[in-house]
Amino acid sequence: MTAVTVDGVWKFYGDYPALRDVRLDAEAGTCLALIGRNGAGKTTLLRTIAGFAKPGKGAIRIFGQEPRETETRRHIGVIGHGIAVYDELSAYENLTLYARLYGLLDPRRAALEWLEQTGLERVRDGLVREFSRGMRQRLAVARAFLHNPSVLLLDEPFTALDDRAIAVLQRLLREALANGKTVIMSTHQLREALELSSHVALLNRGAVAFHGACTAEMVADPGWVYARYGD
Amino acid sequence: MPIARELPDVAVKLAQADRRRSSFTRLVFVVMAKDLRAELRTKEAVNASLAFAVVILVLFNFAFDLDDAATRMIIGGLLWLVFAFAGTLVLNRSFARELPNDCLDALVAAPVSGATLFLGKALANYVLVLAVELVSLPVFGILYNVWFPFGQMIIILALGTWALTVIGTVFSALTVNIRLREVMLPMLTYPMLVPALMGAMVLTAQLAAGTSIWGESATWLKVLTGFDVLYTAAALALVETVLVG
Repeated sequence: MTAVTVDGVWKFYGDYPALRDVRLDAEAGTCLALIGRNGAGKTTLLRTIAGFAKPGKGAIRIFGQEPRETETRRHIGVIGHGIAVYDELSAYENLTLYARLYGLLDPRRAALEWLEQTGLERVRDGLVREFSRGMRQRLAVARAFLHNPSVLLLDEPFTALDDRAIAVLQRLLREALANGKTVIMSTHQLREALELSSHVALLNRGAVAFHGACTAEMVADPGWVYARYGD
Repeated sequence: MPIARELPDVAVKLAQADRRRSSFTRLVFVVMAKDLRAELRTKEAVNASLAFAVVILVLFNFAFDLDDAATRMIIGGLLWLVFAFAGTLVLNRSFARELPNDCLDALVAAPVSGATLFLGKALANYVLVLAVELVSLPVFGILYNVWFPFGQMIIILALGTWALTVIGTVFSALTVNIRLREVMLPMLTYPMLVPALMGAMVLTAQLAAGTSIWGESATWLKVLTGFDVLYTAAALALVETVLVG
């Protein structure tokens, strides 16, 4: 079953095409690593798939639906460049807020469960502004996984994570994939990403230069895709 | 038989509509409570707005040496200019509060409509701006020796403040990613607000002169109410486009 379809998507910033006729798909239960140099369009593509911006041309489908449809958004979890939690609220308040926005039946229980999963239960009532960077990142992971999304869109998820947060995220992603969730992640940390990925797409100046299964030679030498298909 | 078959469908549809309405209301209050809680923790916008309102009231008092008759003529204008200036400080923070940590992305990604987000934020702003006004009003009364009938003044405050809040919240969303948003927000808000401000100013001046707002100036009350309804409907219809494009 196809979870995410990107069908001939163009995205313009003014006259500049940040995405050029991008065609990709991701089957349910697979992990697609989006790789490419800075400015290749990875973040723009992820933001467009997440429904933060509309494509100039082409279409995005998530389980056959538009990403901006309310029901579709229930199935999407996003980790962007920012942690997307409020500094003025406690960890518990942040998670209950998102649990309510996602219409979870028991927001308090879901929040407590994810605080425990990410090792933040002892600081549940502490304000986020008092948290260390690693704790904030783990809270961001909890926020993205809280509503049990079927599609996870992760923009540079391993960047600036501490060791503990990397371990937590890798464990959660493996569990998610084992449970049939779909993961699309943009990354520069090829080694960590390719260990999890079943497929790879290389973006080059907004266009797909390569899209295919992740092979043993890619895992052995993460620079191989760039050398073979990049500029 | 066809009617009997349709009845359960109608009941189901009514129940679904009822659920959607309660879900919409609940989510509006979730967003409103989040904004109020965040503001009450920092008190950034409220403190700045209140201090600004009091300082302007004091400065106006020094600037204009008015007798009673002149005071009553310009009182509505003075009061609502102060409320509009001070209110903008609260409104500026409304969507700017979402910028640190990219929280706006997470709100837009959540399965809630733009109308829900807008209404939640507008209601939070309404409570905050109204609170600033209710504290400033007695200060105004003492400085200018003017007193208003409480019930009628509350009606003008409620309607005028909602107009300011609705327009300000929409433009707060529209200008959130602009570097000069602190300048752009008042530049966009005040011209749009002119009819509502005029209504509130005239009604306040009438009230200060001892005339009821239900009498000759009732037309302005209708203008103010119409403005609120019209701009609320327009804002709810347009906000999704403003947020996502």
